[in-house]
Amino acid sequence: MSAVEERFGPYGGRYVPETLIAALDELAAAWAEAREDPEFRERLATLHRDFIGRPTPLYLAERLSEKTGRTVYLKREDLAHTGAHKINNAVGQVLLAQRMGKPRVIAETGAGQHGVATATACALFGLECVVYMGSEDIRRQRPNVERMGLLGAEVVPVDAGARTLKEAVSAAIRDWVANVETTHYVIGSAVGPAPFPALVRDLQRVIGEEAREQALAAEGSLPSRVIACVGGGSNSIGIFTPFVDDAGVELIGVEAAGEGLDTDRHGASLGKGSTGVLHGSLSSVIADEEGQILEAHSISAGLDYPGVGPEHAFLRDSGRASYFAVTDAQALSAFSELSRLEGIIPALESSHAIAWLLENGGGAGYDVLCLSGRGDKDLAEVIERGAGGGAGG
Amino acid sequence: MPYMMAGYPDWESSSAVAEAYAESADLVELGVPFSDPLADGPTIHAAATAALAVGATLETALEICEEIGERVPVVFMVYANMVLAHGGADVFARRALAAGAAGAIVPDLPLEEAEGVRTAFDDAGLALVPLVAPTTPAERRARICAAARGFVYVVSTVGTTGERDELPAELAGLISATKEDAEVPVAVGFGIGTPGQAAEVGRVADGVIVGSRLVRAAGEAGSADAAAEAVGSFLRETRVALGS
Ligand SMILES: Cc1ncc(COP(=O)(O)O)c(C=O)c1O
Repeated sequence: MSAVEERFGPYGGRYVPETLIAALDELAAAWAEAREDPEFRERLATLHRDFIGRPTPLYLAERLSEKTGRTVYLKREDLAHTGAHKINNAVGQVLLAQRMGKPRVIAETGAGQHGVATATACALFGLECVVYMGSEDIRRQRPNVERMGLLGAEVVPVDAGARTLKEAVSAAIRDWVANVETTHYVIGSAVGPAPFPALVRDLQRVIGEEAREQALAAEGSLPSRVIACVGGGSNSIGIFTPFVDDAGVELIGVEAAGEGLDTDRHGASLGKGSTGVLHGSLSSVIADEEGQILEAHSISAGLDYPGVGPEHAFLRDSGRASYFAVTDAQALSAFSELSRLEGIIPALESSHAIAWLLENGGGAGYDVLCLSGRGDKDLAEVIERGAGGGAGG
Repeated sequence: MPYMMAGYPDWESSSAVAEAYAESADLVELGVPFSDPLADGPTIHAAATAALAVGATLETALEICEEIGERVPVVFMVYANMVLAHGGADVFARRALAAGAAGAIVPDLPLEEAEGVRTAFDDAGLALVPLVAPTTPAERRARICAAARGFVYVVSTVGTTGERDELPAELAGLISATKEDAEVPVAVGFGIGTPGQAAEVGRVADGVIVGSRLVRAAGEAGSADAAAEAVGSFLRETRVALGS
């Protein structure tokens, strides 16, 4: 049985109150055991197939390919149950919580996708579910708040700070500190104290495993680029991981540039951050000189976060993956563009990856892009910005 | 051993509170405001946010330390990111020491992450005070105590900081066990908000830390003089209850 990684180069670790250490040890041991237990793996595989609807298709996007001047495949995580990749992690972690005998589950959510996914998994296993969500995100992701209610979860609004994802994570961690003996915290991205970044990666790597096999079957060779948006970094680490040893495959992460990287309103933790601690791990964070964490900004709630998973900081430093950023405006126009070109309304998060692709077309080889989620949740926000009708089209 | 948040509710009041502490405390725990204080409950979290909003910085805490550090030992309560930021732990240690601090508690720096910081603090002559929680296994507690400098901080309850109606029944056992493990004194904090609770804990522990209750008093006072008066009278009452 191999131990779950705690560090990625200098990054990662467990910068949390002592109260949580025993629970993190317990979780790491439980995961090291579960991930190698044939029975657990079989249960998870069955849930992938029958509940989530995996494998998700790898779709040759012909009109998008024509537009960008190179062959593009979309990995359709938007077609997974609940509409985003977040369900892969939520089902796996809730199954683990049940195995560990924890009756209560908490989660944070930004875009609401992870909250919905966790509420769904808790309904499936009959566990109590509490979801922390910033009140600004409750406003801009209303449909998901209603879905969580229907699924039987309690949504707790968080009014601290900018009332977005960072504060929701903090509130969930505080709840966990107080209820650690009975509660499992299903963190929503590849962030947080060890073993979470590795645990979430392990549960999301199914995206990349499927995509790699599907791509080889379709093209007979590996893609030249694998592209994904990066908030906390879970869909991206999930699709990157099985390609990391394929030296010829470029790995490209796309962060939120918000109103521009030259402003202080962005979410580019890798591109513009510095080494620091947020939410229990050492990674690249958006902070001031003194070490105060700054507010991030992105039109997409799921990328509106001043930190990022520690493994991405490591992949950036080692040069194995490259990270770029696109603005709110670029993402909005890609949102419309993909809707019209392919009949697929992408999540605003995923629209960032599409936007980067639209500006970086041409050349040899082909691409696999992780379409991490669908955009239904974003309609109100997009229409409010007056971009739904035609900005990109 | 009272706690205060540097710069809360404003510079004047926190300076007045520090003066009051210098007169009657055995040790002052000086909170450095941080944007994301994961170990803190609503009272101290809100105080940190308010202090930052009126412009408090690490510099504010250092200045307050300078004011009182010669009269009473001052230990910073500071989150890891602020220790590791600009220049790292050596720079932080040198600045803290220059301001007259005796040590620092870093509530999100558990044993495994602490080595580098402890070495830097040792080199500078600043104590890195570790924490022990009710959830800490006995074997781990012994290792934490073995690496302790200054004193060991026992977290009374499973949870964040904040006043509580009752302290857990198992607390006395945890304190005694920690005293057996530790060669340095053992102080207890989190959740202690009345002189009666302080007296109860003080019968077993070497030190008692009162945080949120005093932060609330400073915040509710309305003026610097009133803040000093409020925390001063709480400390006097607590001393009577403790019989010290
Ligand atoms: C559809 C979708 N994509 C991407 C993200 C960003 O998260 P991550 O970087 O962990 O994949 C989110 C987060 O809420 C999301 O809902």
